[in-house]
This record gives sequence, C-alpha cells and structure tokens, in this order.
Amino acid sequence: MPLPPQHYLNNGYGVKSWLLTRDHKRIALLYLAAVTFFFFIGGAFAVVIRLELATPAGDLVSDETYNKLFTMHGVMMVFFFLIPVIPAVLGNFLVPLMIGAKDLAFPKLNLASWYIYMLGGLFTLYALVTGGVDTGWTFYTPFSTVSSTTKVIPTALGIFITGFSSILTGLNFIVTIHRMRAPGMRWFRMPLFLWSMYATSLIFVLGTPVIAITVLLIAAERVFQFGFFDPARGGDPVLFQHLFWFYSHPAVYIMVLPSMGIVSEIVAAFCRKQVFGYEFVAFSSLAIAVLGFLVWGHHMFIAGESVYAALIFSILSFLVAIPSAVKVFNWTATMYKGSISWDTPMLYAIGFIGLFTVGGLTGLFLAAVGLDVHVTDTYFIIAHFHYIMVGGTIMGYLGGLHYWWPKISGRQYNEALAKLSAGIIFVGFNLTFFPQFVLGYLGMPRRYHAYPPEFQVLNVLSSAGASILGVGYLIPMVYLMWSLRYGKVAGSNPWGATGLEWTTTSPPPTDNFTQTPIVTQEPYVYPRVEGRVA
Amino acid sequence: MPELAHHHPALAHQFENLAQQKEASTLGMWVFLVTEILFFGGLFATYCVYRHWYADAFTAASRELIVWAGTTNTAVLITSSLTMALAVRAAQTGERRLLMTLLAATMALGCVFLGIKAFEYYSEYIVHHVPGPGFQFEAEHYRHAQLFFSLYFMMTGLHAIHMIIGLAVMAVMWWLSYRGIITAEYYNPVEVSGLYWHFVDIVWIFLFPLLYLIGRHAH
Amino acid sequence: MYFFLVAIAAFFSLLIAGLIVYYAVKYRRRAPDAVGTVVHGGIVLEIAWTVIPLLISMVIFVWGASVFFAMSRPPEETMNVYVVGKQWMWKFQHLDGEREINELHVPVGRAVKLIMTSEDVIHDVFVPAFRVKADVLPGRYTHIWFQPTKPGRYHLFCAEYCGTRHSGMIGEVVVMEPSDYQAWLSGGAPEGSLASAGEKLFADLACNTCHRPEAQSRGPVLQGLFGKTVTLQTGETVVADEAYIRESILNPSAKVTAGFQPIMPTFQGLVSEEQLLELIEYVKSLR
Repeated sequence: MPLPPQHYLNNGYGVKSWLLTRDHKRIALLYLAAVTFFFFIGGAFAVVIRLELATPAGDLVSDETYNKLFTMHGVMMVFFFLIPVIPAVLGNFLVPLMIGAKDLAFPKLNLASWYIYMLGGLFTLYALVTGGVDTGWTFYTPFSTVSSTTKVIPTALGIFITGFSSILTGLNFIVTIHRMRAPGMRWFRMPLFLWSMYATSLIFVLGTPVIAITVLLIAAERVFQFGFFDPARGGDPVLFQHLFWFYSHPAVYIMVLPSMGIVSEIVAAFCRKQVFGYEFVAFSSLAIAVLGFLVWGHHMFIAGESVYAALIFSILSFLVAIPSAVKVFNWTATMYKGSISWDTPMLYAIGFIGLFTVGGLTGLFLAAVGLDVHVTDTYFIIAHFHYIMVGGTIMGYLGGLHYWWPKISGRQYNEALAKLSAGIIFVGFNLTFFPQFVLGYLGMPRRYHAYPPEFQVLNVLSSAGASILGVGYLIPMVYLMWSLRYGKVAGSNPWGATGLEWTTTSPPPTDNFTQTPIVTQEPYVYPRVEGRVA
Repeated sequence: MPELAHHHPALAHQFENLAQQKEASTLGMWVFLVTEILFFGGLFATYCVYRHWYADAFTAASRELIVWAGTTNTAVLITSSLTMALAVRAAQTGERRLLMTLLAATMALGCVFLGIKAFEYYSEYIVHHVPGPGFQFEAEHYRHAQLFFSLYFMMTGLHAIHMIIGLAVMAVMWWLSYRGIITAEYYNPVEVSGLYWHFVDIVWIFLFPLLYLIGRHAH
Repeated sequence: MYFFLVAIAAFFSLLIAGLIVYYAVKYRRRAPDAVGTVVHGGIVLEIAWTVIPLLISMVIFVWGASVFFAMSRPPEETMNVYVVGKQWMWKFQHLDGEREINELHVPVGRAVKLIMTSEDVIHDVFVPAFRVKADVLPGRYTHIWFQPTKPGRYHLFCAEYCGTRHSGMIGEVVVMEPSDYQAWLSGGAPEGSLASAGEKLFADLACNTCHRPEAQSRGPVLQGLFGKTVTLQTGETVVADEAYIRESILNPSAKVTAGFQPIMPTFQGLVSEEQLLELIEYVKSLR
C-alpha cells in the first residue's frame, strides 16, 4: 500500500515552504520540533538535579548552580514545554481536522504565534547561556526583584513574550471551534478532545494576560526601581503571589485538560465504544476550567493569608477535584463491555488514568488545609505535581502522539519497541516520584541543594528511577524518527476509529478534505456487527 | 460550488464565504479584547488594593497630577471615538473620501492625546515625581506616593503603548482605503480596528477617574 | 488524619486500577473487527459518583479545617520567642534577653509561640517533627505555636526558597527537660531581658520625651496599650498588636490616635528589625 500521491508533507520541500507555511499541520510540526528541543533541555537539567541529590552533601555542583538548575528546569518545562505541548502540537494538527475545516480561522496568526514562541524561547535561552537565573520558576518577590543578581529580566521577558503565543493560539482555537465547524457538526457531536481544547483555550485567553502583566511588573520593578512588591518601597510581596497563582494554578489545567481530551479519544477508539457519559465528560472539562480560576489561594495557606481566606480556598479546591473524579469514573465505565485492544496508545491512556488518580487523590491531602501546612513546600508537593504534570500531561501527550502518529506521518512505528518504552516510562516514573511522597511526609523541604543524611535512601531510589525514566523518553525519539522513513504505510484509518480525522488520507492533503464533510451523528458510534458481541 | 459564485479577492482560502470570514474576525477581536481586559485587570486590581490600604498617600499623590491635562485628554479621546464610529459607518456605505478623512481625524486626535501625555510626563519628570533614586515627595507619604507614581507610569505607559499600536493600525486602514481595498462589501478590517480603538478609549475612561479624580475633593 | 487520607487514596487508586485491569482482560478484543457493546449512560450512576466523592471530600475538608483552626489559635499562656530571618540565618530572641543563631532551646511541655519577621526576602520556618510551618515575611509579623512533648533535637528548615544558601538556612530546635532548660538559661549572656533592652532604646531614641505615663503628653500613653482597641483620627478602630506598633514606629502618620497631632517623625531606617522587636516587647511590658 503506497502513501497517497498528494499530501501536506510533499507539498514543497524547501526551507521557505516550512518557515513561511500557513498550513496548521506544518505549523504543528514546527511546534513539535521546538517543544521537543525545550523538553530535552529541561530534562538535562533534571538529570543533573537528580545526580546532585543522590548524595546528601552538595558536592556535584555548587549551591548557586543548583538553584539555577531547578529554576531553569521549571521555567523550561512549564512555560516552554508543558503549557504549549498538547495544544500547539496535537491541537494545531487536529482541531481543523476534527471539525472538518480546511484550516484554523487565522492561519497567519497561527504562524505568528510560533515565531512569538520561538522569540520568547530565545530570550530565555539567552538568559540561560549568559549566566542563568536563580529565582525558582515562581519568581517570588522580593527575592526576584531586589535580592537576586541573575538574569531575571530576560527570563521574565521571555515568559511575557511566550504568553502572547499562548493567547493567540487560544484565540485561534476559540474562533475556529465557534465559526468553522463542518455542516452538521453540532456542539454535542464534537469529539471530547475538542471540548478539552475549548476549555484549555478559555484558560489561555483569561489567565495568560494576568501572568503577562505580572512578569512585566517584575521586570519594571527591576529596571525602573518601581516598588510594586518590595516592602521597603511600600509594596506587598504577597500581592505578587496572588497575581502569580491566579494564572499559574489554572495553568496546571492548561497542562492536564488536553491530556484528558486525548485519553477520552483513545479509550473510545481502543474499546470501540461510545464514551460513557459523554455530556458529563464534556461539561466536567468546562467545570474544571471555571473552578480552576477560583482556587489559586491554596498555594498560599502558609504565606500569611487570613484563616478565612484559607478555608474558602480549601473548600473550592475540594470542589475542583469532583469533575476530575467524574472523568476517571467515566473512562473506567467506558471500558466496561468494550472491545479492548492493547495497543501502545491504550497503554499510555491506562497509565495516565492510574497516575492521574494518584496525583489527584494526593491533591486532596494538600487541599485539606490543616495537612497542607505540614506537607507544602516539601517533596510531597514535588511528587504531587509531577504526578499530574508528568504522569498526566506527558503520558497523555505520548499516548496522543502514538495514536495520531500514523495520521501525522502516514506510517506506523515499531509496536514492540513502543510498548516496551511505555512500560519503561511507567516504571521509571513511579520509581522516581513515589519515594518523593514519603520524603515530603518525612519533612524534606523542596529546593534543597544538600539535605540531612537520613533522607538518602529514598533520594537514591528517586535518582535511580529518573535514569530509567530518561531512557524511556529517548527510545520513542529514536523509533518515531526511524518510522518516518522505514515505517509500514499506515493507511487512512489503521485503528478502525471514528472521527473526521480518520476519514481523510494519511497524511492528509494540504486542504485536509477533498470535499467539505457533513456530519450526521454523535461521535464514537461504532457499527454493530451482528453475532459478534465481544 | 457556492464559493465560486461569491469569490472575492479578500476571501481567505480556509473560509467558505465572506460572511463566515467576517464573523470569525469580529469574534477574534472580541476574544482578544477580553484578554486585554484581563491584562489591564491585573494592574487595576493591584492599584485598587494599594489605594485601599494607603488611601491618604494615594490621595496626596493624586493631587499632584495635572487635572486639566487629564480632562482635556479625556475629551480628545471621546471625540476620537466619535470620528472612529463615523469612519466605520463611512466604510459600510462605501464613501471612500469620507472614510479617509475620518481615519485621518482619528489619528490626529490620537496624536494630540499622546502629545499632551508627553507634556505631562515631562512636567512630572521636572518636579522629580518619577520613581527611583531621584524621587521627591513630602516625607510623610514618601514610600506610598512612590508606589502611586510607579503604578501611574505603568498604567498610563501601557495605555500609551496601546495608543501607538492603535495609530499604526489606523495608518494601515488609511492605506487600505487609499488603495481601494476597503469597500462596502469588505469593510470588516475597519470595523475590527474600530473595536480595538474604542477599547483603548474605554481603558482611559477608567484610568482617568481612578488616577486623577478619586479622593481629590476629600480633606 | 494523614493516614486516613492515605487509606482513602489507596482504596480509590486500587479500585480504579483493579477495574481497569479486570475490564482490560475480560473485554479484550477477541476478533480484529469486533466492536464494543453499546452501553447507555445511567444518570443515577453519574449522580452517584459525583455526590459520593463530594461527601467524602467535604468530610476531609471539615477535618482539615478544624486541625487548621487548632493550629492557628495558640493557647492563652505561651512562651514567646521572637524570630528574625535573614539571608541565610535564623536569629532567635528570648524574652529574657537570650539570643541564639540557628538553634532554638525550649523546655519540654510548654506551649511556645514564635513571632516572626524577615529582614530581607520571604523565608519560612518549618519544623517537620512538630507539623508546623509558616512563611516569614518582610514587613509583617506571622505566628506559629507548638508544644514539644519529648526532649531531643529536631530539624528546623527554611521552606521558602530564599536564594543561594537556602539549603544552608537550617537549624535545630533543642527541646530540654525544664531543669536542663533553666540551667542552660542561667549559663547565657547576662544582657538583661528583651524588654529592658527595649526600654534603654526607648530612652536613647528619646521616645520618652513625648510618650510619657501621664495623660497630657504630646504622644499617646503607652502603658497598658498592648492588646487594647485604639480609636483613630478617622474614626476607625484598630487593635494595638505587634503589627500596629511596628507601623506606628515606621510610618507614624498612617494611623494616628484620635486627639493627637501627626507630629511624630518616622523611624524608618533608624531601627533594625531586632530593635523593633525590643521596642515592641517593651511596650508590651508596660502594664
């Protein structure tokens, strides 16, 4: 079976045909290259951090270097990998395909947002190579404004600029989903991935401007010696934390909501079954997006906010756990009486559900304000958010990447290697981060360069896990690249899945569909084969 | 194919027809303005918190601003919103000359605003009201007045940057009208730019009383 | 409480994982073109798994909140210790004048309240063994309290990232038998109590020219002030706590007591955080 003669990948080969493209699919691949680059930079920092923490003494790198390492790890991973990764790569590729459109509403804006992202990335890389920054990714004032002597300004500007890339991507998705749906594609006929993209875009549009203005204030405070957050000049450092977390808590949902969308798609496709409680899953995405804006204060239970504020934020934080629980139950129920196939994407989806459940349930510990006092700012927090961000976002992303890889490249990867690496990642991940829950409970504070010797055993376990995890991430790089040239040709619909993206050729033509598709039924309807109830 | 019948040079390939394109770009601008509200919202929230805490110092500092300049600027901007609205109307009806005149008037008023703003900044610079080591103010309110002026420069400065972007957008619109690309059938760029211009005005409508007027008559 | 939550978390994790594995094996695909059975969603089921987690989480919330209330309300009688954090050390001031760095000695069985502030950036006192933690902010006072029950040496960490030597900003809480504690105290420096240091400073800065015990002075009477409610010129009232006294020293015109003129000069930059604490303790001691 050959590849289709005309598709978006062979429509021009020159550098210009890529760098000036307006095709959402090519822009998605530009993002894929860029976020992978930043992921491996951020990952390299993590490797050094774990190596340092293998011994209690701070012997491998100096404390100053260590502080820069975890700061740059956080900045790179959060702002340049986790936040853009799924919306900008898979979202860009799939949103028009899934709703049956030729492209996003604003293709030039889409390309511009990639350049803005790269510009922000360059500022941050500049800060990195000229000495780094040591404020932590949270930039807490007044340390970041009066005390730190490192490259705070270029980093802040990098984040500011990248923020606009997020805003424009979110804007593009919202308009596209509102105005560009194919005939018959009603709201409740949309795949759940689109619902999650829509919810994510809302957060992009509503949250990102606040972080933009906040980091701008930091930069202005450093450059012009304004006193917004410095108590010595009349400001209040806690106000900064309010502004910061107003964005940065919803940002967690920017990371995990798209993953939830992917998992809904994968679970439906590999059980060949409608998603259980479709409306509940769709609305729980919106509920998470809305409630996510009301819980920022739970990052500040110990930061000097009033007891009553703490209680309100605590109860709201419990509420935001409910829609997440609803999703997990619905996915599990979807598997009931399904026709389940154990392909790689399904392994990642199951891994996601498991790790997200652990991450979410440990979130309850932190929402309980009395308990939070003890475990916040310790390794418990580190473990919790890595379970959500790495266990959640990256598992979902890799699952999605494997699921749609045949669509993106037109070819299949090596299934045995893919299953192997999914297993390695799952084991490595748990070995890395589960010990950190215990460490946190025992009282090891985060961002420590050296630590008391009684914590060593668990730290060594964690570092060992990290090396396994690192290997697990490298393998897919290799076999996915390999499949681009040597992989088996996949055909339009290798998984036998539903959805408009599987009705066009793989890879799709530049205009996605040869004629505008017309939608007549709900998503995930699989034709029944008589006499074969699986 | 319906697209062929309606094919217009300004129709981008991803849209089915001009109506869809118009709806999309208008919605896009509205969503963008929502992000702008949040962007300024962070600043306004910061300002309100500090104003509530340090009411006396903020009132004292606010009295140092040049009220007549702020008032004039408010009038100038409201007038520019009028010329902008009329320009959109002229674009709808396809009156090219009138459209170009009104866009030019809008730009001129925008420049007047920026000129007066620059004069205000200069006056404040002379009396050492720019925050930093050279800042001077009565000792009693020194720290919090400095905070007020930090916020004042930040907020009006960001607003001025938005004005400058608005002027650039208007210049492009003027060029498009001059080239005859804006027609009664395809006037959407003017309308969307108008939304942006009105938004920047509204931000000033909030900035002016917050910075210049509140608490002025007290004590 | 922690272990109750661990039990809940373990139960649900195992339930979900168990169901997934069970379904995945039981309903594995048996023929390449097989599709799943259509199962219609049940509204009852949806409501059940929305409401049950909601109830469980509300139980946790109430429990967590009550623990938090107990934590944030110190008992009436506490042994107060002042704490000043600076990059990168902890300074402790006992009421009787004893000063320590990175080491805090307390007797077993007494409720200890720490009144904390920072000279520069945000720090955080964290004693894992006592389950207490609170940010230490510049320009504010925050409190924690604990009641040690067993003698020993316990870790004290800075838990809010504060710069290069953050991980070196650690210390120990030394909990001693009351008799040992007395012995340790008597071996300390004979500087006199914190309040007496404050009194000396009060005279050195000439505060006592205006703030006099008799009612007709130029400044408000400070005797018996601490903890009382003060009526301000604006008609508002404030409670005279540590934060109010601090503000009145550094920014006197912000909250002027009714009946007085705002003539007091600011002492911003003239007194250090530690001296401020001495002055506050002196004002507290004026009964």
